[in-house]
Amino acid sequence: MKYTIVVLVENKPGVLNRVASLFRRRAFNIDSLTVGRTEVPDVSRMTIVVDSDELNIERLTAYLYKLVNVIQVNNLTTTPSVNRDLALIKVQASDENRAHVMQIVDVFRARIVDVTNNSLIVEITGDEEKIEGFIEVLRPWGIIEMVRTGIVSMARGGSSLLVESFPVSNFSRVAV
Amino acid sequence: MKKKLTGAQIVWESLVREGVEVVFGYPGGANLPLYDALPNYPIHHVLVRHEQGAAHAADGYARASRKVGVAIATSGPGATNLVTGIATAMMDSSPTVFITGQVMSKLIGYDAFQEIDVTGITLPITKHNYLVTDVREIGAVVREAFYIARTGRPGPVLIDISKDAQQNTTEWEYDDSPIQLPGYRPDLSPSRQDIQRAVEMIQSASRPVILAGNGVIASGAMDEVLDFAEHTNTPVAMTLLGLGGFPASHPLALGMMGMHGEAWVNMAIQEADLLIAFGMRFDDRVTGNLKTYAPKARKIHFDIDPSEINKNVPADAALIGDLGETLRQVLDYIQPCDHREWLETIQQMKSEASAYNILNHAGQKHLYAAHVIDGLWRTTGGDALIVTDVGQNQMWAAQYYKLDKSPRFISSGGLGTMGFGLPAAIGAKFGSPNAEVWAIVGDGGFQMTQAELATAAQEGLKINVAIINNGYLGMVRQWQEFFYDRRYSATPMRSPDFVKIAEAHGLTGLRVTRRADIEATIQKARQIEGTVLVEFRVEKEDCVYPMVPSGADLHNMIRRPVPSMVFEEEEQNEAE
Ligand SMILES: Cc1ncc(C[n+]2csc(CCOP(=O)(O)OP(=O)(O)O)c2C)c(N)n1
Ligand SMILES: [Mg+2]
Repeated sequence: MKYTIVVLVENKPGVLNRVASLFRRRAFNIDSLTVGRTEVPDVSRMTIVVDSDELNIERLTAYLYKLVNVIQVNNLTTTPSVNRDLALIKVQASDENRAHVMQIVDVFRARIVDVTNNSLIVEITGDEEKIEGFIEVLRPWGIIEMVRTGIVSMARGGSSLLVESFPVSNFSRVAV
Repeated sequence: MKKKLTGAQIVWESLVREGVEVVFGYPGGANLPLYDALPNYPIHHVLVRHEQGAAHAADGYARASRKVGVAIATSGPGATNLVTGIATAMMDSSPTVFITGQVMSKLIGYDAFQEIDVTGITLPITKHNYLVTDVREIGAVVREAFYIARTGRPGPVLIDISKDAQQNTTEWEYDDSPIQLPGYRPDLSPSRQDIQRAVEMIQSASRPVILAGNGVIASGAMDEVLDFAEHTNTPVAMTLLGLGGFPASHPLALGMMGMHGEAWVNMAIQEADLLIAFGMRFDDRVTGNLKTYAPKARKIHFDIDPSEINKNVPADAALIGDLGETLRQVLDYIQPCDHREWLETIQQMKSEASAYNILNHAGQKHLYAAHVIDGLWRTTGGDALIVTDVGQNQMWAAQYYKLDKSPRFISSGGLGTMGFGLPAAIGAKFGSPNAEVWAIVGDGGFQMTQAELATAAQEGLKINVAIINNGYLGMVRQWQEFFYDRRYSATPMRSPDFVKIAEAHGLTGLRVTRRADIEATIQKARQIEGTVLVEFRVEKEDCVYPMVPSGADLHNMIRRPVPSMVFEEEEQNEAE
């Protein structure tokens, strides 16, 4: 099953390497990983999608916490949240099919961001499902190039994920 | 008051503030500024013969003194030579700080002479590491490094400092404000519910066993463990690194568990209805086949490291925090327990096993390692600080040197690093100067780091080295005997004349070939000034028993052939 883990880390050189290296060393498979800034200047946020199971996610969480630069780990898999991936897709668009492609773009509420005589670059954001659906529909028209950012995730509701105090409860929870 | 200091001076100033009195190291181009500043500080530098020796010595120092051990090396090959020692310290949670020189910061990334990415190399084998290229960061980093190394689950921290950062100057003043690390919490403690849950399980058990690991010693919780065991009448099994954490002479002491644990200890674990794990990690060498491990037992896991919970063995209750503190809380709720029947059952298994013990076998002819270790134990009154190498010698030392205190047993457990014994013993002697230090090493492992004899000689150190010379890489030979049809591929080993090796260093070398000479020779070695090397020419093809084959069920042990068989064989040999 796919898990969405949000890792808040100190914004210091080498931290991405530490996290990525942990996944490699402990034999976890990263589906996607994004890093970016947050509302706090010293804190970066990683959203990591990993294919695993419940027990191993507990292990992974504990290992992540062992990294000195990791401030907080949250499993958003079952938390109501907004998940967004962004894709840029360069698709063939000859005079004959251009109208058709543009129609599909419209239906998916994607945007055309570049146009040449025989191609378009389309930008789409959404959850995995939407983007996957979009790609499937576009594929027959000829995808020339594609890039996706990977998922970023944010829990719904009014508060920030970053809690001031350390989530000790996460640890006491392990024995059920 | 702020002073203008070089980075190198700041390193030493900081080390002095951390209470460092001795460091083990080796100089080179990239740490020359450090060495240039050293003579002005009250820190003794031990010049090793190989950086691996410095790392093991720092580790041995840390384990013997329960203070942070420090090793220093230059960039490139100096740093890579540390790697085995760092990994050894990591696997056994030894509080150590490694300081390496790095090339000038403007050259980093250009494959400069002796440039190596040491923070990259040591990422998975350190608790944390730093690359410092700015002199202004050195003070804070050194302080953090020591704090991280000794708190929580201890471990090695490496600081790589570029040469220019060592040379540059800055205004510096010692900062003693609390260390702020937002993601580092070494001070976890269990909740009331966790404690309550554990107490209920302890109180309702009828066949409990305590599993005491390295954490007992790391936490300094020997008294609490003793209290707990006596209060609940629970027998105590120990891991290799837990030896000494509970007095071997205590009626509740079971002995060592695991691959070469005593039969009754492993049987007790397999029969138990509750395992109470204190600072141990259910390593495969102690559990055997996990599917059949302690099938009837619920498990309570005490550990300071949350990532150990449910890692190998699912826990029914987990108490995360410092063991000593946690146990004091638990003891508040515990009612005395009576496990007479259970203890009698174990006693029964124990008496049955004594027939297998080589010490109980008749016949004075052969010199077995067991006799050597037993003789050492007797001669030293069980109070020596034992530092082992790896292999059969290590297991025999663990089985036959009965420890009542700790730290009295220093050994590479998790990594099983051959060559650890001698340099770690040197470090241990600095860490515990009043202790009688005995390194127990194999003929193979000794030769991996024997150059450190020169270090011991230069330092005028009094340690004793017992070489258990069986002419083989014995432990590997044993596996070949049991599992590879006795094809002794690459395990017979010809050694130099060890007595002469000692003499070449200006040290005393002694040799024992007969059982009758063991104790007198050990006595002699103890009285001679300076490091003494004693070679014991033991039975070549003896094995460590019992043995749980790798991955087998813990109760499926290979036992030592019964005495009557051994006796007949001996008579036959004599007849030949
Ligand atoms: C650095 C290293 N290399 C290889 C091994 C594998 N190994 C484990 S025990 C052993 C034999 C050790 O021989 P010796 O030092 O003579 O000790 P003995 O077992 O004979 O007591 C070997 C080769 C190891 N543990 N460490
Ligand atoms: Mg040997």
